[in-house]
Amino acid sequence: MLDLIWLLPTFPLLGFLILALAEGKLAKGPAGWIGAGSIGLSFVVAALVAVSFLQSGLESHTVPIWMWMSVAGFDPGINLYLDGLSLVMILVITGVGFLIHVYSTGYMADDPDFSRFFCYMNLFVFAMLLLVLGDNLLLLYLGWEGVGLCSYLLIGFWYDDPYNGYAARKAFVVTRVGDTAMAIGLFLLFAQLGTLNIQDMLHAAEAEWAVGSALPAITALLLLGGAVGKSAQLPLQTWLPDAMAGPTPISALIHAATMVTAGVYLIARTHTLFELAPNVQLLVAWVGLITLLMAGFTAMTQNDIKRILAYSTVSQIGYMFLGLGVGAWSGAIFHLMTHAFFKALLFLGAGAVILSLHHEQDIFRMGAKRKQLPVGFLCFLIGGLALTAFPYTSGYFSKDEILIAALEVEGQGLWLWLGGVIGAFFTGIYTFRLFFVVFFGESRGHHDAKEVKGLNIALPLFILMALSLFGGWIPVPLDAVFSHGAEHEEHHISAFMHGVMIALPLFGIAISYLFYGSGILSAEKLMSLPGSRALHRFWNSGWGMDRLYDFLFVNPFLYLARVNAKDIIDAFYDMLAALSRAGHLLIVRTQTGYLRWYVLSMAAGLVALISVGVLL
Amino acid sequence: MMLLFYLAAFVAVIATVCVIVQTNIVHALIYLILSLLAVAVIFYTLGAPLAAMLEAIVYAGAIMVLFLFVIMMLNLGQNTREQERAWLAGRGWILPALLAAVLLAQLLYVLSGVEGMSAPEQVGVMAVGARLFGPYVLAVELASILLLAGLISAYHLARKPGAEDE
Amino acid sequence: MGAIPVEHGLILAGILFSLGLIGVLTRRNIVFVLMSLEVMLNACGLAFIVAGSRWEQADGQIMFVLILTLAAAEVAVGLGLIIQMYRRFQTVDINVLSELKG
Repeated sequence: MLDLIWLLPTFPLLGFLILALAEGKLAKGPAGWIGAGSIGLSFVVAALVAVSFLQSGLESHTVPIWMWMSVAGFDPGINLYLDGLSLVMILVITGVGFLIHVYSTGYMADDPDFSRFFCYMNLFVFAMLLLVLGDNLLLLYLGWEGVGLCSYLLIGFWYDDPYNGYAARKAFVVTRVGDTAMAIGLFLLFAQLGTLNIQDMLHAAEAEWAVGSALPAITALLLLGGAVGKSAQLPLQTWLPDAMAGPTPISALIHAATMVTAGVYLIARTHTLFELAPNVQLLVAWVGLITLLMAGFTAMTQNDIKRILAYSTVSQIGYMFLGLGVGAWSGAIFHLMTHAFFKALLFLGAGAVILSLHHEQDIFRMGAKRKQLPVGFLCFLIGGLALTAFPYTSGYFSKDEILIAALEVEGQGLWLWLGGVIGAFFTGIYTFRLFFVVFFGESRGHHDAKEVKGLNIALPLFILMALSLFGGWIPVPLDAVFSHGAEHEEHHISAFMHGVMIALPLFGIAISYLFYGSGILSAEKLMSLPGSRALHRFWNSGWGMDRLYDFLFVNPFLYLARVNAKDIIDAFYDMLAALSRAGHLLIVRTQTGYLRWYVLSMAAGLVALISVGVLL
Repeated sequence: MMLLFYLAAFVAVIATVCVIVQTNIVHALIYLILSLLAVAVIFYTLGAPLAAMLEAIVYAGAIMVLFLFVIMMLNLGQNTREQERAWLAGRGWILPALLAAVLLAQLLYVLSGVEGMSAPEQVGVMAVGARLFGPYVLAVELASILLLAGLISAYHLARKPGAEDE
Repeated sequence: MGAIPVEHGLILAGILFSLGLIGVLTRRNIVFVLMSLEVMLNACGLAFIVAGSRWEQADGQIMFVLILTLAAAEVAVGLGLIIQMYRRFQTVDINVLSELKG
């Protein structure tokens, strides 16, 4: 059964090929069946594989499929590598992916490019599965770039609007910065260790490199560069909010549940390297912490329902990075999984709300929609509770694990913990600000909203609701993967600390209730305080990062491009051209067009010739 | 015979000078015929009777008549005299005359070394004809093809535009 | 029947050739240009005749015949061109034919 892993990426690939070769001539019914069905088959295979893998008790299993190339000792194969980590990933990708595909058949039903959408989606799932199943870094990189491409294609899916194209380009270019770092990291790893097979490489690294030496630090740093690009962490986080230009299921699948967590996967996969470089690992924690706080502030000031969720995603991935940084490897992956559940739920719920309100995305033009949109209301209630780590929802377990691990870090542990808890507090505020503004208060528009009907929309939502609520009880089989890292021991923290961790998000919910639910406190009054408006603007613009990058990189680059538009090297060739043109203008004067002139020159030539003959 | 040669040479040079300075085109043509006939006389004095005959018949006769036809066709007559005079006025003379003078001086210098006398005997029609259709027969064929080509192209060129449509 | 020095015959040819050249260079009327050209050709023929006479050979006259043929063909084509030009430009001024100016 385990050898059937190769079927996993095959089904989406087939789906992609069929849809691509049909060139959009397929009717929507078959296209939807092929698009969603291929992922469904993949999920069935993944479930069967999971069962047999867990029963077999193996630590890992490799299925060689093909030799990619073999050149002078460099022989990366197309081998699929299955262990606890990739098992979790494939289950999340195919499971959540399948639900989102089913949902999309309803959501995109009216779109003329229906089959193109599923074509890209299937390609994405294929690439993502390659990414998590690849046993060497090259195959991983192939999948990595593949998902980047799909992300680009799907953000710019509605390419009629130039803004969408701009957002797609931005996402592509910004992640490319990280990918370049990652590629250099791969080169360095291969040059130093002679292999790109992940397991061999990690063993070699452990054997050859001392803890804290320079080489693992550099390589870990380069891989971290790739990870922050893909996972939208500081300093490359600016692309994710703009990526919301794509259709909402895309935001759910690619920009919340799966692709953006590829960075987390990469670091977890190469965690041995990071353990060899404790400083870089600590950097990972701080990157995550700062990102989650900044994104939290920004999310509180956004009005667009999808951008709020986007910043929330950035923030939650920040938690995962925090978890990775403090050595809570399985905690981070656990949070990845639960986050996939509840963030997919929130995005799909948001999609249902948006669709019901005729593509309205401004939360301040909704209001009091809980009666009209009961399913959306339920989505946001459950998803929001899970997101804010309400006790015994899925988010609670995973976030708990990360924060407790953070506390145990020597020296800076308390700070990391404190930052994480404050972030959780912000999470409560911005999540329920969204919740209260949309579903409570008075209706501020779209009074005639009607819930979108259809089983293919509702069913995935209900399944995701269940997963968001109870996903925390799912045991993740990660002990074998990370066993040789930090020893697992029972965490003991004081009841007070635990209490704070539970209470602060609830406190956040209470505050947003006061502001937006009951109207006891007023945001307008807060805004009238001196300086608050500027602060709001600052946070709303995502801490001015876009403007900073425009100033630091984009504008200088544009300036240089403008300067060099008349290529400096060209000047030399232009000079040659000008010279020959001048010579031409000089000589062309002899071509007067007058016959007599030509006869005259001939006669003069004759005279000259005879002179030469006579004189010599 | 010598006297005839120098006389004819004198006439030829004078007539030619008249050709190139004449403003009346018909007069110029008459002077040209005169010049050609003088040259024909020279040919005869040099013992080339066939060449002299051909010069008189073909050159001074046929070709000049062709010129005359064209001049009449173009209706160039008295009315172009003023135009010719205007065109000839000015300093356009100086450079060509200078150049031609230099060329002539060079030729004279080069020819000053040539010695010998022309033979008193005539090279008759028989001799010329025998050689023409002996070793030079290929040249004769080529010349006939050239004439044919000239005939066809002259016909084609002188046609009225659009004549083939009729 | 006195013999004529070859030099004199050749000098006469040179003079006629130079006069023809002056004519070609100075006249603007294309008919005159063509006539001057005839003068030059004729001078060439004269030179051949003189040379043939010097050595008592028929080849000089044969060359003259060939030149004559050439002149006849050239005049026929040239006059055809003149007629065509006159039709198109209503003038015989050779300077209007300067469209190949660089």
